[in-house]
Amino acid sequence: MNLNLTIIGQSITFVVFVLICMKYIWPLIIAAMAERQKKIADGLAAADRASKDLELAQEKAKHALRDAKTEAASILDSANKRATQIVEEAKEQAREEGNRIKAATQAEVEQEVNRAKEQLRSQVATLAFVGAEKVLESSVDQSAHKDMIDKLAASL
Amino acid sequence: MAADGNAPTTTEYIQHHLTNWTYGKLPAGTYCDGKSVQETTGWTVAHCSEEMSAMGFNAIHLDSMLWSIGLGLIFLALFRWGAKRAHSGVPTGMLNFVEALVEFIDKTVKDAFQYRSRFVAPLALTIFVWVFLMNLMDLIPVDLIPQLAAWVSGDPHFYFKIVPTTDPNVTLGMGFTVFFLMIMFSIREKGFIGFVKELTFHPFHPPTKGVGLIFAPIIILINFALESVTLLARPISLGLRLFGNLYAGEMIFILIATMFGAGLILGLFAGVLQLGWALFHIIVITLQAFVFMVLTIVYMAMAFHNDDEDQFTH
Repeated sequence: MNLNLTIIGQSITFVVFVLICMKYIWPLIIAAMAERQKKIADGLAAADRASKDLELAQEKAKHALRDAKTEAASILDSANKRATQIVEEAKEQAREEGNRIKAATQAEVEQEVNRAKEQLRSQVATLAFVGAEKVLESSVDQSAHKDMIDKLAASL
Repeated sequence: MAADGNAPTTTEYIQHHLTNWTYGKLPAGTYCDGKSVQETTGWTVAHCSEEMSAMGFNAIHLDSMLWSIGLGLIFLALFRWGAKRAHSGVPTGMLNFVEALVEFIDKTVKDAFQYRSRFVAPLALTIFVWVFLMNLMDLIPVDLIPQLAAWVSGDPHFYFKIVPTTDPNVTLGMGFTVFFLMIMFSIREKGFIGFVKELTFHPFHPPTKGVGLIFAPIIILINFALESVTLLARPISLGLRLFGNLYAGEMIFILIATMFGAGLILGLFAGVLQLGWALFHIIVITLQAFVFMVLTIVYMAMAFHNDDEDQFTH
């Protein structure tokens, strides 16, 4: 073992290397690693938050879906009701219209009958006269029997 | 690789492998191989062990310094590269490796050192990676780079040790640097009085009143003697542990290497041994780097530890 100046040289080198490491190497690497750690922690927290948000949103969506379903059901219900109502109304109208048409027809028929009766009535006298003339072979004094015929016609 | 062209004897071979490339102040009249090679005192590269011992403390191991500084620069370059590219996004490839190491060191430091310091963690990182890289040179075949250096330099006798941690100067240099840092931080944290008190009031608490007071100086002296030994033992054990492990490991690699020239059977056997020892040594070099680092952290924690009531003797 021969100790010599090397021991001093090595000591100086050692101190210089440690100082360089302390000044230019260690803090930079440690800082970068700490920053990454923080970033990862933040990322994890964000992921946590996001999953919570997702859960919340899903809950919300479920609510909305349920509401929509209920609303749809109620709308359908009311629509059905309305449809029935409309049908009923239509039926009612149709029936009324039918009745009205029937009544009008009846009135017309009656009018027709009456007119026919009138015609018949007006012609009865003439017919009776013509028939009587044929039977008696002579003219009948129309004026003398007119009252009687008129009475007959009126009784028809 | 003897200068006369003959193959070196085993002893020569081993000695050659354990000798550093030394540059120092050579006193006049030093003999090498029986003949004087130095007429005047001056700085030169040593050619034999006689010259090295003649140089004494005024010498420097060029190979140790070259490799330790070179490997240190590799460490700095790698981690500076990592530090520049470090970002908060997804790390890839080499950056991952750098960050994993930094995180590992950071965790180890936080476990053993509970005080606030900007210095200790970089210190630990430097020690771990640098010592590991220096130890790693042990796994390179013992003759490869020295032979290459000899070929490049043109001197077959060229001394070139590539494992800096097998040089006690390197390990003790680091050990004593840690020691001075310890004392520095100790004084900074506790004040000079606190530091001296730590050395003299433990492990035996001196009496502070009554007739026992006359024994106080003796107890303080005993405390000081004990604590000084404990304190000084730390850097020495720190340095010598690393040196011893690596020196022994390197020695075994060299011994195995001497068997390669002794026939086919022994050569094959040596190959198996070499492989086994190298595999085992992977653990040793990592462990030694880790131990050096952890002990440094613990010593730093002791230096920062400031509790007058605590009777814990370091």
